[in-house]
Amino acid sequence: MKISLGPVLYYWQREELLDFYGQAATWPVDIVYLGEAVCSKRHSLRTSDWLELAQQLTAAGKEVVLSSQALIESESDLMTLRRLADNGTFAIEANDMGAVRLASGDRFVVGPHVNTYNPHTLSIMAELGAQRWVMPVDMSRQMLVDMLAAKPEGIETEVFAYGRLPLAFSARCFTARHYNLSKDDCRFSCQEHPYGLGLNTREGQPFLALNGIQTQSASVYNLAAELGDMSDMGVDVVRISPQPLNTGEVAALFRQSLDGTLPATDAAASIAQFMPDAACDGYWHGQAGIAQSQALTM
Amino acid sequence: MSLELVCPAGNLPALKMAVDNGADSVYMGFRDNTNARAFPGLNFDVATAQEGVLYAHSRGRKVLLALNTFPQSSTWAQWQEAVDHAVEIGVDAIILADPGLMRYASRTYPEMRLHLSVQGSATNYEAINFFHEHFGVRRVVLPRVLSLAQVEQVAKNTPIEIELFGFGGLCVMVEGRCVLSSYATGESPNTTGVCSPAKAVRWQQTPQGLESRLNGILLDRYGAQEKTGYPTLCKGRYEVNDETYYAIEEPTSLNILEFIPDLLRMGIAAVKIEGRQRSPVYVEQVTKVWRGAIDAARRDMEKYVVRQDWMAQLNKVAEGQQHTLGAYHRPWK
Repeated sequence: MKISLGPVLYYWQREELLDFYGQAATWPVDIVYLGEAVCSKRHSLRTSDWLELAQQLTAAGKEVVLSSQALIESESDLMTLRRLADNGTFAIEANDMGAVRLASGDRFVVGPHVNTYNPHTLSIMAELGAQRWVMPVDMSRQMLVDMLAAKPEGIETEVFAYGRLPLAFSARCFTARHYNLSKDDCRFSCQEHPYGLGLNTREGQPFLALNGIQTQSASVYNLAAELGDMSDMGVDVVRISPQPLNTGEVAALFRQSLDGTLPATDAAASIAQFMPDAACDGYWHGQAGIAQSQALTM
Repeated sequence: MSLELVCPAGNLPALKMAVDNGADSVYMGFRDNTNARAFPGLNFDVATAQEGVLYAHSRGRKVLLALNTFPQSSTWAQWQEAVDHAVEIGVDAIILADPGLMRYASRTYPEMRLHLSVQGSATNYEAINFFHEHFGVRRVVLPRVLSLAQVEQVAKNTPIEIELFGFGGLCVMVEGRCVLSSYATGESPNTTGVCSPAKAVRWQQTPQGLESRLNGILLDRYGAQEKTGYPTLCKGRYEVNDETYYAIEEPTSLNILEFIPDLLRMGIAAVKIEGRQRSPVYVEQVTKVWRGAIDAARRDMEKYVVRQDWMAQLNKVAEGQQHTLGAYHRPWK
């Protein structure tokens, strides 16, 4: 199984992003997804910067895929999308059906924000040129088993396996709302929250994380304990969603587990120390996403 | 210049109310998870749906069938059968979200009119045109995320009809792209057709106030004088940086009566009233007001104004007793 690094879902400063990807070049990950998938207003890196990073990471031996924005509303969003789709070198991760339309005929990845819930839809994607699909985060192991049994030839399967879960997109920016700012005048307030802005219930239970127009889980999805099972099932790629600290350590533990030098449950437990919040794995087990099947020792 | 009024029918009495009070078409779903309002006691078995179609057709109105959740491998046969039933009972269009199901419908029933559900999350014309090219979709229901200017831009760049939400409960998230409910409960609109399902809701009186919980998670706590609402996950009060507030969305209703002339000018094909889960009385009130408003605007667009008695009627049935123009009005974003 290969390990991928998903697109950075948060708004980090330019230097932080460049530093992060400088380090990522040395991490044991096979595939790196680059680009802004959440909000078009974020601009610490421009499309040309992302393409330059893509060249550098390719030179470092990584397969690079350019992720498109999940929520595409305006003509300028579409211009950015066309620029990505027409880059001529790198495959794109299509996170919207408009991106699928523009990528059709080229090799592309069906991102986690396209609702690919059954083999019929997956077949359509494969016919259009998809080389890989990323399972929607709310799908369970059993649903994946059923999908894989009827999967078209030649398309790879990727599973979001680590990170705060992207759960919803909105026209509204909830980070700006917290600061009583309008979205048009957001002052890039999400940049203050490199893991997202925590939302608790009124009795203090960490519940969600506000990341601009995206809402994430507060708990961190951690399927490290399932890596062996996934490999046996025929999963091709496991995705680690970047966080500001210790992403490289998480990748290293995934790699050790896949190489058989560290038991999967030990890897999962070791990873727990690097998580910004509690673990969850409910979706994988067909339960509420927030559920955690076994206690991970910190 | 016309603007089709599309009204909700959660059961046969509501369907009749809609038809009798001026709906041009009604939309409904079968009594299972194949539609995004799969609530207990709601919706139609095939025989009742047939009855509804006959009632509407005999009065010159149309029936649209929502089949807008996403089938999985293990449930595919049920969704496919629902398409077959929809064709058998003679609905005028099927509202779909899943590409696989669209392909089945378009190949098996090439004459059947297909609409792209709001659950299909098509927020731009490239996405809409994808569904048009591949499956012959003839109308799109736009997610409630675009401003009016963006709606106009979409309309100019697609050959298919546009349907907009005009009134009712407001999803603040992009429909088809929200799994908050399943994160808390295991069930969400995409896969099981429910949001914040009633079976996971608990109300409990405590010394701190009346609490609403969803699968054990505290969504809100009400003081003695506060009005309670259905505990939809995104409409709860939460703590962010020690501040307690409606962190995602306040309970409000979408209401764009004042935009009817704009919709007519832009050539929008249809306006949709949300609320299949609401009572026949709600359907009656809202249909009546919207019928009157659309007719008034069509008679004389220049003199059209939103009448106070319309607003008073709608306020009686609105969720949260407040109205918003939603994303159509850019500052809301």
